Amino acid sequence: MKTIMKSGILTAAAVVLSASLAAPVFARDLTVVSWGGNYQDAQRGIYFKPFSEKTGKPVLDEAWDGGIGVIQSKVKAGAPNWDAVQVEAEELALGCADGLYEKIDWDKMGGKDKFLDSAVNDCGVGAIVWSTAIAYDGDKLKEGPTSWVDFWDVEKFPGKRSLRKGPKYTLEFALLADGVSKDELYDVLSTEEGVARAFKKLDELKPHIVWWESGAQPLQFLASGEVAMASAYNGRITGINRSEGKNFKVVFPGSIYAVDSWVVLKDAENKDAAQDFIAFASLPEHQAKLPEFVAYGLPNKEAAAQVPAEFAKDLPTDPANMTDSISLNVDFWIDNAETLTQRFNAWLAQ
Amino acid sequence: MSAGSSRTGRSLLLLAPLLLFLIGFFVWPLFSMMSQAVSDPAVLRLLPRTAEVVVDWDRKSPPTMPMQTALMEDLRTVDDDQALGDMVRRLNSARSGFRTLMSKTTSALEDTANPPADLISIDKRWEKPEFWLAIADALSPLTDRNLLAAVDLGRNSAGEIEHLPAEQSVNRVILVRTFWIAALVTFTCACIGFPYAIIAASLTGWKRDLMLAAVLLPLWTSLLVRTAAWFILLQEQGLINDLLRWLGLIDAPLPLIFNRTGVIIAMTHVLLPFMVLPIYSVLITIPNNLMPAAASLGANPLRAFLRVLLPLSLRGVASGGLLVFISAIGYYITPALIGGPGDQMISSIIAFYATGSANWGMAGALGVVLLIATLHLYSVYARLSAEEQGRR
Repeated sequence: MKTIMKSGILTAAAVVLSASLAAPVFARDLTVVSWGGNYQDAQRGIYFKPFSEKTGKPVLDEAWDGGIGVIQSKVKAGAPNWDAVQVEAEELALGCADGLYEKIDWDKMGGKDKFLDSAVNDCGVGAIVWSTAIAYDGDKLKEGPTSWVDFWDVEKFPGKRSLRKGPKYTLEFALLADGVSKDELYDVLSTEEGVARAFKKLDELKPHIVWWESGAQPLQFLASGEVAMASAYNGRITGINRSEGKNFKVVFPGSIYAVDSWVVLKDAENKDAAQDFIAFASLPEHQAKLPEFVAYGLPNKEAAAQVPAEFAKDLPTDPANMTDSISLNVDFWIDNAETLTQRFNAWLAQ
Repeated sequence: MSAGSSRTGRSLLLLAPLLLFLIGFFVWPLFSMMSQAVSDPAVLRLLPRTAEVVVDWDRKSPPTMPMQTALMEDLRTVDDDQALGDMVRRLNSARSGFRTLMSKTTSALEDTANPPADLISIDKRWEKPEFWLAIADALSPLTDRNLLAAVDLGRNSAGEIEHLPAEQSVNRVILVRTFWIAALVTFTCACIGFPYAIIAASLTGWKRDLMLAAVLLPLWTSLLVRTAAWFILLQEQGLINDLLRWLGLIDAPLPLIFNRTGVIIAMTHVLLPFMVLPIYSVLITIPNNLMPAAASLGANPLRAFLRVLLPLSLRGVASGGLLVFISAIGYYITPALIGGPGDQMISSIIAFYATGSANWGMAGALGVVLLIATLHLYSVYARLSAEEQGRR
């Protein structure tokens, strides 16, 4: 009995030992990270799976919620466990300046001139153009809001509002509601008086605001009737309309658009495969399939031209939607995000 | 002698996995968090020449030419992008604007064919003493800046400690709120958990098993799932409000979500097992003939409870309370999902600094404040329970 147990323990130890020794032999599969939800479902169908079939190797996909700290901790720990990541514009700018990303091989991507200017960066390739806009339920509000002034008007449109918790977008929207024109927006916000003015305007709406943190929340609030209108990512709104037969409306005038980009983490194990993947996902024939599932604009010019008209009208890049919308000022936010978040938190806690 | 030491050696060997675990997962992370909070090498490491020159500066006037030349020299020799990033983040955190200023400056300095004469010709902002002040204040390898900021204090330009302006003061309010919410949750947990444990301990057989299972099953369910379930129950069109309206008890929905009430309800439910189980484990060790004995000596049930059962079970209540309180002050996801903006606890601020802005110094400093507060509470508890032991 004793010998059996002993040999059992030895075998177990041998198995554990050999497993831990053998582990580095199995290379990690290419890991692609995006924003989750119905957007990532669509990406899986049109990018991840076809790429895996083409190369004959598995592609792992994970979701994240952003934050430059997440990327920094992965890269600084050495051997990050993610390869290609889709990041927001500030994360691209911050991480590129801090050396957290590999440089993009633009020849592999087919040349910089194939893309919109705002989608070209030393460290990133634009993946989508997306927009944060007012959303409301068209079945509940027949006459909907048309601007941020309406969003602030709780007499004309009774009910709660939902905004993304944080100063980014919120301060811009407050100034727009206070009558600042879109061309002067960031000039005003760059001054101390402008920031104070934005917070003063937010004071008015504060008792009516339910704050959201993840992109799916504003849609749940709208669907449950918790709020009358919300700021939301435009792709999610169109997505839920198509998948769940809702009649949510997007108000493009006064919306703020930005470019999300693919990056490759510095010294990632599969950095070459990650560049191949990004090139694959940037090909017009693949990218053009995206708007059918989520209404995000396409940075590859050729792909944008191939989108059928019925889907093109919902995209932030559609000329009609573009006229009165605003481009996010990335430089302003990489300089001021920390101080303004501190101030926003202090305002919130009052 | 040698047999004794070899036995010690062998028992140490047996302890080795535990010690390694404690060092790897407890001591080292705590130590690195605390050192992040006070160490500040990012700027000094890259700007040695500037550090030498800036001592002679009067901290008020525009930068002198030697300061500018030294900084340009320093920046030209930097070849580590990540170290540069650390420095820029540290400076931008002290003074907004360094991000764009530095990227403009470094790319201008890379242009060797056409070298800029001084920094001011690259960007007018270099003229302003504020930016140089931020550099001058970041040149010491150790700093109390983060720890002070964690409790809303800062140093003015003369180096004296003073309160930060109101629009930057948030941590103290949120720390007080964190402790207040944790205290409320501990109190409600004790109010529900104590009677529950008494009933469970007084029962036998399947009834006791059922009551314990009712406590343990939620404990094995993911925190996120339970919080989401409360979200569904508490919302305006949720089950609770619908039921109350159907019963005709209320006309308008009760505000149960996005406020303190909802946070307390959900956190109490989540943390209740940590109160019930310690009390229960103390109660079952109390001989069950004590209460009848008290009654036979003429005590009414209330008196018997107050004089016999309560003092004997107080140790369980205290350890349950401590467990609940210490878990509650670190709560993040429940206040974020169920609470309103006025219910966010200190973890949400720590999370912002750790993942949002990658300012690990601030995250570490807030962690240190939380750790010190917890240790204080624990020492109070330890003293109380020591007195209890001594009295016996």
